[in-house]
Amino acid sequence: MKINYRLVRSPAPAWFSAIIPLLAIVVTFLITSVFIIIAGANPFEAYYYFLISPLTSKIGILEVLVKSTPLILTGAAVTIAFASGYWNIGAEGQLYAGAVAAAWLGTTLIGVPQPAAILIMLLGGFIAGMLWALIPAILKVKLSVDEVVTTLLMNYVALFFVSALLNGPWRDPVSNWPQSPDILASTMMPKLFPPSRLHFGFIVGVLAVVTIWFILSRTGLGMRMRSVGMGQEAARFMGVKIGRTMFITALISGGIAGLAGVTEVAGIHFHLIDAISPGYGYTGIIAATLGNLNPFGSMAASLFLGLISTGSQAVSRSLGVPTFLGDVVQATLLLVTLAMFLLRNYTLRKVE
Amino acid sequence: MDAVQMVGITKQFGPLIANNKVDFELKKGEVHALLGENGAGKTTLMRVLYGLYKPDSGEIRVNEKPVQIYSPKDAIANGIGMVSQHFTLVPTLTVAENVVLGFNPGMRLNPNLVNKFVDDAAKKFGIEIKSSTLVRHLSVGERQRVEILKALYRNISVLIMDEPTAVLVPQEVDVLFATLNRLRESGLSVIFISHKLNEVMTISDRITVLRDGKCIGTVNKNDTNERALARMMVGRDTFGVQRDSEPCSGKPLLKVQNVSAMDKKGLLALKDVSLEVCEGEILGVAGVSGNGQAELAGVLSGTLKPETGNILLGELDLIGLDPQSISKAGVGRIPEDRHTGVVGDMTVAENLALERLDDFLKKGILDRKKIKDHAEAMIKEYQIKATPSIQTRKLSGGNMQKVILARALYTQPRMIIAAQPTRGLDIGATEYVRNKLIEQRDRGAAVLLISEDLEEVRSLSDRIAVIYEGRIVGILNCNEATDEVLGLMMSGAKEVVNEN
Repeated sequence: MKINYRLVRSPAPAWFSAIIPLLAIVVTFLITSVFIIIAGANPFEAYYYFLISPLTSKIGILEVLVKSTPLILTGAAVTIAFASGYWNIGAEGQLYAGAVAAAWLGTTLIGVPQPAAILIMLLGGFIAGMLWALIPAILKVKLSVDEVVTTLLMNYVALFFVSALLNGPWRDPVSNWPQSPDILASTMMPKLFPPSRLHFGFIVGVLAVVTIWFILSRTGLGMRMRSVGMGQEAARFMGVKIGRTMFITALISGGIAGLAGVTEVAGIHFHLIDAISPGYGYTGIIAATLGNLNPFGSMAASLFLGLISTGSQAVSRSLGVPTFLGDVVQATLLLVTLAMFLLRNYTLRKVE
Repeated sequence: MDAVQMVGITKQFGPLIANNKVDFELKKGEVHALLGENGAGKTTLMRVLYGLYKPDSGEIRVNEKPVQIYSPKDAIANGIGMVSQHFTLVPTLTVAENVVLGFNPGMRLNPNLVNKFVDDAAKKFGIEIKSSTLVRHLSVGERQRVEILKALYRNISVLIMDEPTAVLVPQEVDVLFATLNRLRESGLSVIFISHKLNEVMTISDRITVLRDGKCIGTVNKNDTNERALARMMVGRDTFGVQRDSEPCSGKPLLKVQNVSAMDKKGLLALKDVSLEVCEGEILGVAGVSGNGQAELAGVLSGTLKPETGNILLGELDLIGLDPQSISKAGVGRIPEDRHTGVVGDMTVAENLALERLDDFLKKGILDRKKIKDHAEAMIKEYQIKATPSIQTRKLSGGNMQKVILARALYTQPRMIIAAQPTRGLDIGATEYVRNKLIEQRDRGAAVLLISEDLEEVRSLSDRIAVIYEGRIVGILNCNEATDEVLGLMMSGAKEVVNEN
């Protein structure tokens, strides 16, 4: 007798949910191996450099944390927005707004002691991110304009605005490169473990994650935000002010994304450049989604994405493949994980 | 010969046994009613047959051969089709396109073939529908006919109809029954799920009664009557809530004056509505579904802004107040659709606290102990089968409704707006909710009961207002409101002008 298996729509056993991340990595490995082979490298070797080699040295581990820092912040920004039913795709633009504020404050806060200067920069970046999130938020609340579109388009406005600044008034007078003048030494984020590049911004990221967790799960505001995210109509019936709650959500989310711009300017580059973010705002969406819209889940995903990002440089260095393979792995991982989440609704059943 | 035999079907959801060794036989060419209260297991049994649920044990035979049905696809392959309460049509496609969707042999769509099929079927079964009409232009009754056509196109010989009359107006019910008769004549077997006795007696050849997941028995229509069926269904003679019918002596608390409001589509759904509810009385609003009840409840609950008119609660003007302010003004609200009354993904404790969240905050921080204690107290007082931390969507309809009831009533509101408070509940929960409303009335609260269940309105209300096409066509004292008078008013045939 022939035995067939069929996928049946009924919830998968609990152990399956638990191994999803692991399974996703294995499947991602299988798929991306094709590209690695095309690039002329051995997949196993490549994956060693991707996932293991960064973790074999202290400096490597710290570098992973460096790479994760902006993702932790944008991931947190997206998490709080998505969990509250506000689809903020604009973390990228809000990050740039924060970076502009940091680059400006970093050159003007002369004579301000370092702790105060850094605090002012963080505050300034937060406000700048909020302001960048303001227009889509107003349009959403007052005119029900879809925020997915407006926040996304504001990203391009931010990008071109920065480009105009750097090619115009802010062009470095010394080198004549399209980059802003270096910020003051007193406004740079202190290094946590020199000589590693790991800076105070990582702690800002962790604090942001803890804060949004606290807001979402322990405050009245957070409960109202979640109610809007999980069931808008019921929330309205129970007297939650939908527009006001979404507006606050949008501003908090924008502010946190703005912080990512501050940490990159004041922690890594020390001036503003066009390419200050290789899409951290968008990768934040990946982190938040992989983390299942849980603040700590998003942080874990950010760390993993930081690992792949660090690893992709190691792969490139050692095996001579393009660093873009790292992006391919990230994107594949997202797609595979989302597909795996769907698989939770199915079980394999034996049919005779 | 039997078209379908289900033998010893058992289906369990956690501790709940939805079907307990149920036997069911369907003859060829009969309309077979599956009768039972809500929660008796009718829909579960049919979902098993249609492959949506896998039974824990039991056997299904089609044409007397055992078959395995794991999905609707298998069911259709065995000639079994189902029209559920919620239609699965694409509104922007035509009737013909909807009919072939997902069942088109080959790559190419042959519109002529489908149009011909639809028109032939229409003629054969008296289903009047034009194959080229867009589904979004069809009424609910017509959409149901498209669903039937869809099933017929898949060459089925057994049609399951899950409470098909729940969404229809009376004239459409007649059309449906005519169609079912034509189907029967052409040799199809129909399973008709219902809890309405008169319909079952009208349309079916045989009737199988389910109660608490068990099969109580199968009877021929000609050997039974409504009373006997009711006894089988309920397990005792039909009940009624006991009430004394003193006319209201309190003073008017809620005054609705000349209120008009739009529905979601921007059409005028409430027209110049005026009514008063006194302290210590239940005013029932009776009417056929979709005559402005939803909008009336929305206007009074603060979720819909009226175009014109005044709403006074005592001295307070409720117009323009948001739901929270209305709740704080002493109005307990039970929404028409439970699922818009609670956030399903939040816990029971959170849903019990959210409406009055400010009472559960300490400087903006959740007072988690208070929220939990409150939930435990409510769970105990209202006999809710739940824990504070369980997700609300995992609760049964009755328990979900008790959560809403607890939230609406624990503040001892002066005024209660109850919209369809027992819709979809089983007998126990229904009785519980009704008694709670009476309790509130006796405590001195004013209760506005909006319900499509005429028996409910009649057994609870002191006065009855009838709503028809957005207007109040009359307000009667309960002793004047006979079924006949109400029925005529609800169908727009009679209007009562009086000063009550």
